[in-house]
Amino acid sequence: MKKIIQSLCVAAAVATLGASAFAGNITVKGSDTLLILAQKWAEVYMGNHADTKIQVTGGGSGIGIAALQNQTTDLCNSSRKIKAAEIQKCIVAFNTRPTEYKVALDGLSVYVNSDNALKELTLAQVGDIFTGKIKNWKDVGGPDAPITLYSRENSSGSYEFFKEHVLKGHDFAASAQTMPGTAAIIQAVSKDKGGIGYGGAGYGAGAKHLSIKADENSPAIEPTKENVLNGSYPIWRYLYVYVNPALDKGEISTYMNWIRSDDGQKIVEDVGYFPLPKNLRSN
Amino acid sequence: MSREKKSNRTAGWMGIQRGHNAHPIEWLAEKFIFLVSLSAIVMVFLIFAFVLREALPVVLGKMDSAAVQPVIPVADMDKIPADELRTYLELTPEQFAKINHDTKKMLMESKVEGAQEVPDNPDAKLNTIKWRYLIFPHQWSGYAKPAYIWQPISDIKKYNIIPLIIGSVKTTIVALLFAVPLALGAAIYVSQLANPRAKEFIKPAIEMLSGIPSVVAGFFALIIMATVLQKVFGYESRLNSFVAGIALGFAIIPVVFSLAEDALTSVPRAYTQAALALGASRWQAAWQVVLPAAIPGVSAAIILGFGRAIGETMIVLMASGNASIMSWNIFDSARTITATIAAELAEAVFGGDHYRLLFLIGALLFLVTFLTNMAGELVMNRLKKRLEGKS
Repeated sequence: MKKIIQSLCVAAAVATLGASAFAGNITVKGSDTLLILAQKWAEVYMGNHADTKIQVTGGGSGIGIAALQNQTTDLCNSSRKIKAAEIQKCIVAFNTRPTEYKVALDGLSVYVNSDNALKELTLAQVGDIFTGKIKNWKDVGGPDAPITLYSRENSSGSYEFFKEHVLKGHDFAASAQTMPGTAAIIQAVSKDKGGIGYGGAGYGAGAKHLSIKADENSPAIEPTKENVLNGSYPIWRYLYVYVNPALDKGEISTYMNWIRSDDGQKIVEDVGYFPLPKNLRSN
Repeated sequence: MSREKKSNRTAGWMGIQRGHNAHPIEWLAEKFIFLVSLSAIVMVFLIFAFVLREALPVVLGKMDSAAVQPVIPVADMDKIPADELRTYLELTPEQFAKINHDTKKMLMESKVEGAQEVPDNPDAKLNTIKWRYLIFPHQWSGYAKPAYIWQPISDIKKYNIIPLIIGSVKTTIVALLFAVPLALGAAIYVSQLANPRAKEFIKPAIEMLSGIPSVVAGFFALIIMATVLQKVFGYESRLNSFVAGIALGFAIIPVVFSLAEDALTSVPRAYTQAALALGASRWQAAWQVVLPAAIPGVSAAIILGFGRAIGETMIVLMASGNASIMSWNIFDSARTITATIAAELAEAVFGGDHYRLLFLIGALLFLVTFLTNMAGELVMNRLKKRLEGKS
């Protein structure tokens, strides 16, 4: 009983002061894309700071942002930029906009079956394939076989990003099958000779990553780390963390700085994403 | 005999009316058990009320999903009446009173920014959450012909629920076509033809099927069944409503089997014995005497199986391919109502159009399963009465 009262007091203290001097308790919620990375960050950070507890949960970017609005989480992971309507809800809830931190880069690869002879596509061709305009591999220089589309659930940040940047805002073809995760897409593409899918560039055993040309005349670029980092590979995005500015001090601020430091960014690479360029890191 | 006496069949106030003193603890226990059993009913109503409350704005057509909304320049903020400003900022009176002028200004700025995110599309002015867009096909800009489209995350949000309904119905039909003959056959065999030893082994074995977690069944369907069935039937899309339906069939076999077997067993032994005495074979007795007598119970089993199949989520989410195609072909991929809710609710903006619409299809599903379950129970009761000779 004493313990419960004590911990209640601590929780109250943390809640009122933002972060107290002796113990930090940070909750992180949001994107499933960022989940593994956020857990790894938390694990390493807690290893070095024994008195800090970090609790990481997923659920999706939308869930994370809703939790930020309801002030049930300190940090919100998001694999997409926050929308204006969501900013407005934050303003109503805590009188100011949430602070946005870019925390990592993610390159999206286009996968095909390993037996597919095709090596490269232009960005426009990929768009036409996923909107259903191109239905046969022979139209893009492949064998005469129908194309099967594998996409992500529309709750996924990758889905939205792909739709906006590769499909240029057009709808995915209705025939696109939606898979619960990147691993499921790779599994499906590896079993389907006519399959094509997309997902994190860090993934990939079992399927072939296509090289992408930004347009007809530009060279085909492989989705390697160097190419994503120097910006020559055309399909990449930032991953974000949002925080209520009122809470962004003490332990949380230290943690956010550490995530964006060289140490934190080294973990990004271990997990399979790409680290921030030097000028976006904290010192 | 007065009516009052007849209705006084419970213990009453500590059993006094019944002419003896009940033990106070017994009285308490009775009331407590009554409350517990009531809680299940209350739960059902609470859930339904919650789902309906979330869906109601859509049902009544109060939502507006049009991307283009009127924008008031930030400079005009102090010129317009407070009430108008409040509606524009979508605030409740309490919220409006609480937040200060600077915060309101920030909201106004955010509104203007939001307006810049609006896509350059002739459909951007449409309120796509109206019933006519939810049910009837519409020719969206960029599409060659009118179509039923479920694309809730899109520049122009397209919320046509017909492809989802078709997906659910066709997957459920496949499941029933596969499961009902098997389950009924097994029920007839176990209740009428099998010797007691075989019965002792088969019955628990089939009922054990219901112990398989649906996520495991779905995973099995996704990895193994999809590949095997594609090799056998040679269709094009690996994951489709056929695969999902077969896997779903395994989930409802125990439901249909148990209920049908109960119904068949509850047919009085005298029916069979009379048939056998008249020279019928065991098979004839089972098929022509027992089965017709138990038909209401058997149909109740099928109806309840239908309710279970249409409400099942995990298996269809994993094995149906989840493409929202308008097609009755069972070898095409399908997106069911349940899978849609499970997959999309996590990312829907709370209280937004998409969120409310998911609750709407949830309410629809609830209604369907509720009605089928009720129909099943009613039919079941009729059977009981008939076999007891009360009707």
